[in-house]
Amino acid sequence: MVIHAKARFSSTIGLEDIVVGHSHIEWKGEKLTEDAFDWQSPVTGTIYGTLLNLGEQVDALSGEFNQAPYNNPPNRPILYIKPRNTINTHLKEVAIPKGIEAVEINATLGVIIGHTATNVKEENALEYVQGYTIVNDVTIPHDSYYRPAIKQKARDGFCPIGPWMVTKENLSNPDSLMIWTFKNEELIQVTSVKDLVRSIPRLIQDVTEYMTLSRGDVLLVGVPHNPPLAVAGDTIRIEIDEIGSLENRFVYEDVQVAGGEKV
Amino acid sequence: MKHARIACHGAIHEATEVNSRIKLSDGRFVNEKEVVWLPPVEPGTIFALGLNYADHASEISFKAPDEPLVFLKGPNTLIGHNGETRRPKDVDMMHYECELAVVIGKKARNVKREDAYDFVSGYTVANDYAIRDYLENYYRPNLAVKNRDTLTPIGPWFVDKVDISDPMNLKLYTYVNGELKQEGSTKDMVFDIPFLIEYLSSFMTLNENDIILTGTPKGTVNVVEGDEVVVGIEGIGELRNTIVGDTVFAR
Repeated sequence: MVIHAKARFSSTIGLEDIVVGHSHIEWKGEKLTEDAFDWQSPVTGTIYGTLLNLGEQVDALSGEFNQAPYNNPPNRPILYIKPRNTINTHLKEVAIPKGIEAVEINATLGVIIGHTATNVKEENALEYVQGYTIVNDVTIPHDSYYRPAIKQKARDGFCPIGPWMVTKENLSNPDSLMIWTFKNEELIQVTSVKDLVRSIPRLIQDVTEYMTLSRGDVLLVGVPHNPPLAVAGDTIRIEIDEIGSLENRFVYEDVQVAGGEKV
Repeated sequence: MKHARIACHGAIHEATEVNSRIKLSDGRFVNEKEVVWLPPVEPGTIFALGLNYADHASEISFKAPDEPLVFLKGPNTLIGHNGETRRPKDVDMMHYECELAVVIGKKARNVKREDAYDFVSGYTVANDYAIRDYLENYYRPNLAVKNRDTLTPIGPWFVDKVDISDPMNLKLYTYVNGELKQEGSTKDMVFDIPFLIEYLSSFMTLNENDIILTGTPKGTVNVVEGDEVVVGIEGIGELRNTIVGDTVFAR
């Protein structure tokens, strides 16, 4: 099976059409292996993550929702931002900060917005979607969701995204996609977009009720329950059906400063 | 020098303040009444501080934190001077927050506090409105409280760092319909500007045009549709904003 996708490279401006085959990627009539490209993030806008949107996670934590400090179950989507310093790309290294042993691998689907979406209704929501990509919301483990997790989520290079975007026309059913996480080629977690508490259209509705999503913005549909951990030396590959695979190796901060820049 | 981004004469312009007038970069002077003020900086990452003045923390029943309470905002929430901010009809408590906004001038990583100002390009004024009805105890304060469209007026001027001799000793004030409601001084911040730059850059890279909203002092009160809110900071500027209702937005 081949995948028709759009990618951004360091040598190009804008998105390039590519055809992803089993062992090669076709670009401008040439067939190349994926390590021949300098992959850039396929998106340019703000990346918004969603907490507590997988059924398994919500079920597991529901006993805590009525206790301090939460006191009530979540009502609206709980969003957070992966700021621009976190952007990382396919086949680049992710630095584990000094003093941190292991980081969470939060494999998720990124919904890429195609045009300005304000106060959108669920039934029209997919009209505002341009496509989909793969995101690894790398996070330092934290037990409490009470305060914003900036220190845990906003580290340099903590948001591998890509390798490319698959436009919605080339994706049969985003609501039933499976997300597969491999560590050193061993399958360690499987989640399904079917398990979302708020489906993709519902999430777009509830978010755009109060904030505009613009072209190039990305909405991450949710992070898994009990995310697996990665340590320095691990290679993590996240595969999503009909989209592709996003692969990153984890290293110590001394070896690699984040944001993908070598010292 | 004071810089602005404004729309007039069919284009977006950079402008400066010259003899209390607005001068476009192409040489034309324009009347304030003819221009639309845009946020003075095209923002990178927008940081905001909660509970960064001890008197405001106690006002909303918190003790000042041991570590900065930082949250992030998206570009959707910013609007310029003289803009309109939407107050949804079902809310009981929406308050302004007059804040000194610090603009980062260059890439900063692992900066020490004694060098922190080297990484600042200048300052502006922000009004970091909050709608407290929407608070939930998950990643609090969450985006539904703080990142709504139109909820963060900023401007009118971006003021060069060199023009502000001591940013940690500036008067802040808020007028609602001409009445003074909030007064404070940046000297009462729990975590000052050098601390915040050292703290943030200790675990992430700050980049040019990232903005840090440094928190608000005591004196935040509810505002309603029709209110004119002016937040000001000594030497930097006065930022005017009007609260409007849902009907303006066809809600």
